Amino acid sequence: MITVALHHGFIFLPKLWLIPLLPFAGFLINGILGARLPKWVVTAVGLIAPAWSFGLVAIAAVTVITQGPRVLPMAEDLGSWISAGSLHVDFRFVLDQLSLTMLLIVTGVGFLIHVYSVGYMHSEKGYWRYFAYLNLFLFFMTLLVLAGNVLLMFVGWEGVGLASYLLIGFWYQKTTAADAGRKAFVVNRIGDFGFLIGIFLLLGNFGSLDFADIAAKLAMNPGWAGGILTTICICLLIGAAGKSAQLPLYVWLPDAMEGPTPVSALIHAATMVTAGVYMIARTHFLFDRSPAAMTVVAIVGAATAIFAATIGLVQTDIKRVLAYSTISQLGYMFLGCGVAAYSAAIFHLMTHAFFKALLFLAAGSVIHGLGGEQDLRRMGGLWKKMPVTFWTMTAAVLAIAGFFPFAGFFSKDAILYAAFLSGTNGKIFWAVGLFTALLTSFYMFRLWYLAFLGKPRSPEVHAHESGWSMLVPLVILGILSVCGGWIGAGRMGAWLAPSVGAHTVEAANNNLEIYLSVIAVAVAALGWLIAHLLYREGSKRAEQLASTFSAPYRLLLHKYWVDELYSKAIVKPLLAISRFVLEWIVEYAILGGLAWLLSGSAVFGGAVLQRWQSGNLRSYAAWLAAGAAVLLVFALAPYFLGAYGINVKWAGW
Amino acid sequence: MHLILFFVFGGLCLAGAVNLLLQSHPINSALSLVVVMSSLAVLYLMLGAEFLAAAQIIVYAGAIMVLFVFVVMLLNAGREERTMGSRAAKVVGFPAVAVVLAVIATTILKAQGLGTASLSDPITSTEDLSRVLFHELLLPFEVTSVLILIAILGAVALARSSDGERRASK
Amino acid sequence: MIPISWYLLLSATLFCLGMVGFLIKRNVITVFMSIELMLNGVNLSFVTFAHMWHKVNGQIFVFFVMVVAAAEAAVGLAIIIAIFRARGTLAVDRIDLMKL
Repeated sequence: MITVALHHGFIFLPKLWLIPLLPFAGFLINGILGARLPKWVVTAVGLIAPAWSFGLVAIAAVTVITQGPRVLPMAEDLGSWISAGSLHVDFRFVLDQLSLTMLLIVTGVGFLIHVYSVGYMHSEKGYWRYFAYLNLFLFFMTLLVLAGNVLLMFVGWEGVGLASYLLIGFWYQKTTAADAGRKAFVVNRIGDFGFLIGIFLLLGNFGSLDFADIAAKLAMNPGWAGGILTTICICLLIGAAGKSAQLPLYVWLPDAMEGPTPVSALIHAATMVTAGVYMIARTHFLFDRSPAAMTVVAIVGAATAIFAATIGLVQTDIKRVLAYSTISQLGYMFLGCGVAAYSAAIFHLMTHAFFKALLFLAAGSVIHGLGGEQDLRRMGGLWKKMPVTFWTMTAAVLAIAGFFPFAGFFSKDAILYAAFLSGTNGKIFWAVGLFTALLTSFYMFRLWYLAFLGKPRSPEVHAHESGWSMLVPLVILGILSVCGGWIGAGRMGAWLAPSVGAHTVEAANNNLEIYLSVIAVAVAALGWLIAHLLYREGSKRAEQLASTFSAPYRLLLHKYWVDELYSKAIVKPLLAISRFVLEWIVEYAILGGLAWLLSGSAVFGGAVLQRWQSGNLRSYAAWLAAGAAVLLVFALAPYFLGAYGINVKWAGW
Repeated sequence: MHLILFFVFGGLCLAGAVNLLLQSHPINSALSLVVVMSSLAVLYLMLGAEFLAAAQIIVYAGAIMVLFVFVVMLLNAGREERTMGSRAAKVVGFPAVAVVLAVIATTILKAQGLGTASLSDPITSTEDLSRVLFHELLLPFEVTSVLILIAILGAVALARSSDGERRASK
Repeated sequence: MIPISWYLLLSATLFCLGMVGFLIKRNVITVFMSIELMLNGVNLSFVTFAHMWHKVNGQIFVFFVMVVAAAEAAVGLAIIIAIFRARGTLAVDRIDLMKL
């Protein structure tokens, strides 16, 4: 513990390596011994690690707030990792405002979800395995956030992908779950390939993978823009798109709902999928130099936002609606990064973590209370039977729709304001974002009506409220969804400026911004109204609309047939090619050919040499004489060649 | 004098060797070999090795060649018959022999400082020979006697085994 | 006064004639005799060198060669007798049981 006495107050900045290490220790203990330990020990180990990490981060935050930002950035060098020629990569952890914010979210929300999981996964046989994987995920995620160079971040990046695979396929005996886990990992890998190319290009152009070094080199060349930097940014964007489920690499996220709901809340809503946004914010100094790449980021973000929102309009599985909502909100964050409003994007990341985790956990509570039912068409009337879940879910829905004064209002507004301000393209982005907000409000309230209000559509199931271990995190997240916006409103930009640059100042409270906010709230209210008209109790308008516009309805219901397209265009040809290569070329031609060659040469050689063993004494004698002649020549060659000036030295000469 | 002796007996050596190759009946070859041995004994004498000359006559010409003749007689070896021959012997063997001869001859002819031999050179006395033999090389000497013993045993065992079985089975 | 090289050439010739002999002769006893001829050629060479360097070691070597040749002749001829008993022939080309 570094304790440095100052004139007043105290500085407590923890050893940074403890923050990832504690969850890793939890993973080891639960992973190796968990099957034999009693359940309460597993729970204790599984909860202490994130709690302790969160405690360390919280104390660090308090220190920073009281002492001011001069104590940051804090770097910790834990030794050299790679030192080969001109490549030097160290184990270097860096704590600055950006990583502190992310860590608070990761460990805080993470801890709440760990608590929730105690109740949700209580009757699971693989309880210990679940907590081991969850702690493993926390380890890699904190590693990713704290990394001081791209390579260490990539380790965390891959690691969270692994943890995600393990947790999605937690019920591995279920084929759909195992397939979903594999799909997530493979699609992530495609993105990681882009990321790797970006890392190679970074190394080639900057000679170092350390964030500080790259930023310094860029600062020394103020005129360096475009060109190779655009390429690097596009490659990094591919990686971020894979991890954060943007077009066209989003297809794994809806399938990832096969995993347990707390997993969906933690990994696929609050933390792992935000790693892409974090990475772009972390490397903002590269993106700032490439307007072309920024435009691409903004386009990807906006397109994803509206695309996913349209699909979410008609989904019937409660978790799938939330999954598409996550993809859509992540699109907002990418849009924010694309218009250089990094602090706004991170702000939205924070508020999104609160209300999306809450939405998922509440959905989990509903599923748990209904004994596993996930279809919206069979829910209803739960507001009476599950009041805590209902009121917290309402808070979350209001937050995501962007109503004042809930959390989502401030962050979404900041992004839309920044988009509006950035040129003519910006106005288009603003319009797309606004329309998406309408759709978001609509489908969230649709979910709210179908799940909670009206009369129960499956009365035979006795819904019951969940236990306190599941409700307490809901309440805490509900409070954060209500108040979270006030934490960052007006302050986020200034707080994060040392890390992400001071580009946009949100909530400047000028007239344009107020004007735009009013439009946004009005749009959200419009969405609520439409949902009310279509889905309130007794209304058949939804079915009528679906049958009238049956073609668009079916298109949306089948998610634009994207999965089928990918399967036909990419997956099946790849499988066919690899099968061909493996069976015909590798197995048959190469291995078979090699075996044939080896055995053939042995047989052939044997057949040839066999003729030497003729049994004929005279031929033996002849070969003896030949051998003697050769030896003699060999021994006397230096003597003869010496006369011609050729000096060879062998045979004792 | 020395020259004449050398030419006569050297010529006899060569003639005997060539005759050995040309004769088809093994007994003729054996007798040619006796001629070679004897001529070599004279050559040894000319080179001052009197003990060796005597040993050559006694051991080689007198014992080994007699043994050969005995075996020829015992086995009733006749003229050589035409057999299928060996292509390898002709194709590989003769060039090899030619190469060997060429290499050795060239080495000998190119060597410097070989000197000459003459009849007036000192003769190696048996005393000198035996002094080295029984003082420094005593162990090899004793080992050769063991060698001869083994050879005798081997020869006896090889040459009589089938005879013994035939007698035993009768 | 004869150059030493003449003796050495004679010895080399005898050696090579012996080699030719064991290549072309068809009777196994004659082949054996050619080998004896080779040994004798080598003996002459040793004696010549012993004379040249006025050391007695060359002659001792000849002595040993003679001993070994005697032993070898005895054993070899015994083997030939055994082969004759087994195969009934003395032609070298017919004794090919070691053919693969």
